[in-house]
Amino acid sequence: MSKKTKLTASIGDQTLRLLTLLMAISVLVLMFWMGWQMFQSAGPSIDKFGFGFITGRVWDPVKEQFGALPFIYGTLMTSLLALLIATPIGLGVAIFLNEMAVTKVRMVVAFLVEMLAAIPSVVYGLWGIFILAPWLRETIQPALAKWFGFLPLFQGTPLGFGMLAGGLILAIMILPTIAAISGEVMAAVPNEQREAALALGATKWEMIRIAVLPYAKSGILGGIMLGLGRALGETMAVTMLIGNRPDILPSLFAPAYSMAAVIANEFTEATYDLYLSALVEIGLILFGITLILNVFARLLVWSVARGPKGGIS
Amino acid sequence: MGHSLSVRNLEAWYGSNKTLKGINMEIAPNQVTAIIGPSGCGKSTFVRCINRMHETLPGTKVKGEILLDEESIYDRDPVALRKMVGMVFQKANPFPSMSIYENVVAGLRLNGMKNKQTLHASAEKSLRMAALWDEVKDRLNYSGMSLSGGQQQRLCIARALAVEPSVLLMDEPASALDPIATTHIEELIRQLKENYTILIVTHNMQQAARIADSTAFFLNGELVEHGPTSEIFTNPNDKRTEDYITGRFG
Repeated sequence: MSKKTKLTASIGDQTLRLLTLLMAISVLVLMFWMGWQMFQSAGPSIDKFGFGFITGRVWDPVKEQFGALPFIYGTLMTSLLALLIATPIGLGVAIFLNEMAVTKVRMVVAFLVEMLAAIPSVVYGLWGIFILAPWLRETIQPALAKWFGFLPLFQGTPLGFGMLAGGLILAIMILPTIAAISGEVMAAVPNEQREAALALGATKWEMIRIAVLPYAKSGILGGIMLGLGRALGETMAVTMLIGNRPDILPSLFAPAYSMAAVIANEFTEATYDLYLSALVEIGLILFGITLILNVFARLLVWSVARGPKGGIS
Repeated sequence: MGHSLSVRNLEAWYGSNKTLKGINMEIAPNQVTAIIGPSGCGKSTFVRCINRMHETLPGTKVKGEILLDEESIYDRDPVALRKMVGMVFQKANPFPSMSIYENVVAGLRLNGMKNKQTLHASAEKSLRMAALWDEVKDRLNYSGMSLSGGQQQRLCIARALAVEPSVLLMDEPASALDPIATTHIEELIRQLKENYTILIVTHNMQQAARIADSTAFFLNGELVEHGPTSEIFTNPNDKRTEDYITGRFG
């Protein structure tokens, strides 16, 4: 573009450019401002415990002892568990709906899956308390203990409430996200790609494996990462099911605690400044972990999407 | 070696739309047969019936019989059939996540071929047949998408050839290409007929005249006329064929 045409660009376009730029900047400003404010409020706790806050395993408001590790552990473990369960199922749902099901079935099931995403998390929590937890306690956990009891993961008293219940409810909650986004990116795969595979003598599964999934992989990863984001921050349902005990135990049956849950539970009872500031610091850490995981996820999507040399991504 | 095809009373539907209304046609082995006709005449549907690709779309239906070397294609497993009847599409469709090399051997890998030397030999052979080897031999691990449009189409031809089919279906393979790339592809088709039975759909009559041994003219889902290319273009039997090739419609 020459200088002249630039100068004569319409006032409207320039205004639009400025306005959208301002909006884009406002998001950044908001993020940094939030981070800064939390950092300030967490000041007393950061001054007192330093790095030990992150590695500390004791959370005792009565003795003014605050360590965040149990909560970090609980959040990461439940989210990981949720991803491990929801990713294969979500992908399976998406593959079935896009590549196998006839249109009528696809429409009904896709609608139901989307409905899952619309259910408020407190309802999930209630369902978890009255149905999931008792079922885990009476059926699933004894069975797991019987068959896989040699693993530390499946040892201890079957309580129902605990890490497993928290992870499972998260899995159910992020399943629609993963299924819907994977489904959409699979639907966006050009039909020529499918036909290219079929014409080479691919079976349906081989077609999905060589033509559909590779084409959609960066979008699928994006969906999984969105699911992870939701799992990390989910508060209500997890609080209702995780058992709320700040311990680091290897067993999935044991009660645990998550960062979001401790903030929600204890914020109103934080009776002195240090307590409050410790809770804010947990919020700051959650903020940081979410940020880091998202950056990491971006990098992962890039490196996966790049493919062989000279390609377009 | 190429196989002969014999089509009997072939009817095909897209939903309630009948696109083929009873086609009878004999296709000789090791020849290039061109299918010409105006848009919507059913020529694409016709070739897509031969590797049973038409049936993969929802709401489609096929009736009639197609014999590949005296054996009905409907008695064969479609997956196995498509290994015998390769296809090249209108739009070049290399797999974007695969390198040039991986694209070519994709079909062989589907057949369970794992031996690296065999794969490599086959990739070179197919790329040479597709007249692409010299252009890509130094960058086989580059993405297939790094090639130009014409090269991508030749890559797709190489990919189809690597499976060693006996029939090659080409659905307007050069319609999205520039004249130079088109010349490459046509040259290639002329050479390939030594080993393959080739069916090519084209809306370009000059192209049919240049490369085809026999030409079939389709109109509104019917086969109007099929004969040696020279005859179709110089002395057609049917008035409609004459009107079409002289440019009076279509």
